[in-house]
Amino acid sequence: MQGDHLDALVTAAADGIAFDGLVVEPDGDGYVVEVEGDRHAVDGDDGLRTVASDHPAYVSNWYFWHAVTPQKADRWAFLRWLEGAEETAVPDRYDALKDGLTTEWGQLSITVTQDGDGGRQYRLTHVDDGDTDPADLATYEDPLEARTIAKHDDSGKYRPLKTAPTLQTGWVFEGLAAADLVETVDYFYPATIANWHREREGELDVDHWRETMERQSGIYGVVQTWDRGKGHEHVDWVAEACCDDSQCLKRREWQYDDDTELAVDGGDGEFPCREPCSLVISAARRWTKLEGEESQTYEFELTPSEKEQVEAIVDAVAEGRTDEIREADVYDDANRYRTRFLRAKRFDDDGNLCGVETEE
Amino acid sequence: MQALVIAAHGSHLSAGSSTPTFDHADTIRAVGAFDEVRESFWKEEPHFREALRTVDADEVYLVPLFISEGYFTEQVIPREFRLDEWEPELWDSDGTSADTATLTADDTGQTVHYCGPAGTHDAMSDVIVQRAESVTDDPDVGEGFGLAVVGHGTERNENSAKAVEYHADRIDAMDRFDEVQALFMDEDPEIDDVTDYFESDDIVVVPLFVADGYHTEEDIPEDMGLTDDYRTGFDVPSVVDGHRIWYSGAVGTEPLMADVLLERAADAGADVGDAIERVKAETGDAHASGD
Repeated sequence: MQGDHLDALVTAAADGIAFDGLVVEPDGDGYVVEVEGDRHAVDGDDGLRTVASDHPAYVSNWYFWHAVTPQKADRWAFLRWLEGAEETAVPDRYDALKDGLTTEWGQLSITVTQDGDGGRQYRLTHVDDGDTDPADLATYEDPLEARTIAKHDDSGKYRPLKTAPTLQTGWVFEGLAAADLVETVDYFYPATIANWHREREGELDVDHWRETMERQSGIYGVVQTWDRGKGHEHVDWVAEACCDDSQCLKRREWQYDDDTELAVDGGDGEFPCREPCSLVISAARRWTKLEGEESQTYEFELTPSEKEQVEAIVDAVAEGRTDEIREADVYDDANRYRTRFLRAKRFDDDGNLCGVETEE
Repeated sequence: MQALVIAAHGSHLSAGSSTPTFDHADTIRAVGAFDEVRESFWKEEPHFREALRTVDADEVYLVPLFISEGYFTEQVIPREFRLDEWEPELWDSDGTSADTATLTADDTGQTVHYCGPAGTHDAMSDVIVQRAESVTDDPDVGEGFGLAVVGHGTERNENSAKAVEYHADRIDAMDRFDEVQALFMDEDPEIDDVTDYFESDDIVVVPLFVADGYHTEEDIPEDMGLTDDYRTGFDVPSVVDGHRIWYSGAVGTEPLMADVLLERAADAGADVGDAIERVKAETGDAHASGD
């Protein structure tokens, strides 16, 4: 145990300490110290130092959480949660920290270990890289680098949504201090720690679909006209399209309005989504225009297999599966050659399916 | 504790849109003038709605990395940051003179000094000049050169043109370039006819945009006749109608932009120590005397 831990403890003891099983109460010229349920009355600061020195883990634990970690409530709570600090007593926790405690946060895998004198070190990598040889990973230390990693997926495509389940692999942040760890997480998944904490405290400020749409202005003001008092099925479709766990790792907590829940599941994510995001609003603007159209009856002639093929193509695009379909796998209905054959056979020169023109 | 929060547009489609914002934020981080520096976006994350809750400081200097006053600075940003007491009159601006208003964020209780946009700060004139120096690779560029400051025009916001004219007038008053002209994409005088507006053989063209994108990389080069097809690229300088056109790309990518953000915050009362001088020294000499 370092002397500065004890010095800080003695300084703080005048106001009393009660933290993670360590209690120090001023008592006349001395203190009453309680550790693991054992109470000792001690004389003066020296007496306190002597007893505290017998419990280095409790002292360093107190020091870490009060002098090392960020004190902003949400960051502090997140770091505590990572090592199960509210549930696990100090000796058991310190044992576990020797091997490291790993928690998943979206696609992040965060491992906290004890750093020598009762401090902590954090390692952050992609959940899919848990077993990857560290030598094969690009190593980072600066939290700001997370902004660059988060920008593109493994295929190099731009990720407009930070919490899409497409975080690229192949990197690791090693040896992060507590403050750098929360900063790094916040660059990968902005505001998720703050909103997770608000939710735990019962203070998450959810803005439902209706109030979010009513707030829009400018070119997005048109989205207000999509809700026409005919129920909320269209919003169910939006949520199914954009907010499913396969598309976004936030757990959707916003509903149609305060009284009306959407019919689709909000997902299982660790951190909440508190209002429709800018991508949903942009898409809603487009759908507001498209959904203003009335359905028409068209007549197409397709073989049963061709009908199923059209359905398979829509499904493959919707699931983002097109890249996985092998070039020569002509048994997959969404295969490129099969699709080109369908186009050659059933489309006219203007791209009309079965030569049937689109009627406005 | 004091924090700087930069509010920028960002993009759902272009990965490069946020790059200048990150770069300028990093420049300011490096001089340590603020306990925290945070980027926030309309189209990316952290979104305007949730940026303040990621910041620990009670005192926040909120600077829009936008070119002009208007819809975004007067409606969108105050609304999304939940500055409920906001009204545009608090800036008492004539369209280019917004300074700061002190407000409380409704969701976090933080004190927010809401600053005018970077684009209309006087220091922006120096960034435009610096951009001209960068593209010509000449720290003394001016004599024998014309300078065109290019903006979108009034299509959606009359203040957009005002900002362009404001800086063109200020740079003209420096007596550094032989000619200075404000040009626009969608109104007269139009960028298409750039060579009609200058007698100088050399013309530096600086678009007053925050980030490079469709307008600065495709529209303007094609409109000026630098190229028929932006995808084939063009030389700097390119010769058009007997004039050499030195096209700089978006002014917002110039490293000295970080100074404008800092100055906005300092004008609003932020204690930035000697950070302004240090940023100026690091991002280029302040050749242009805008005062």
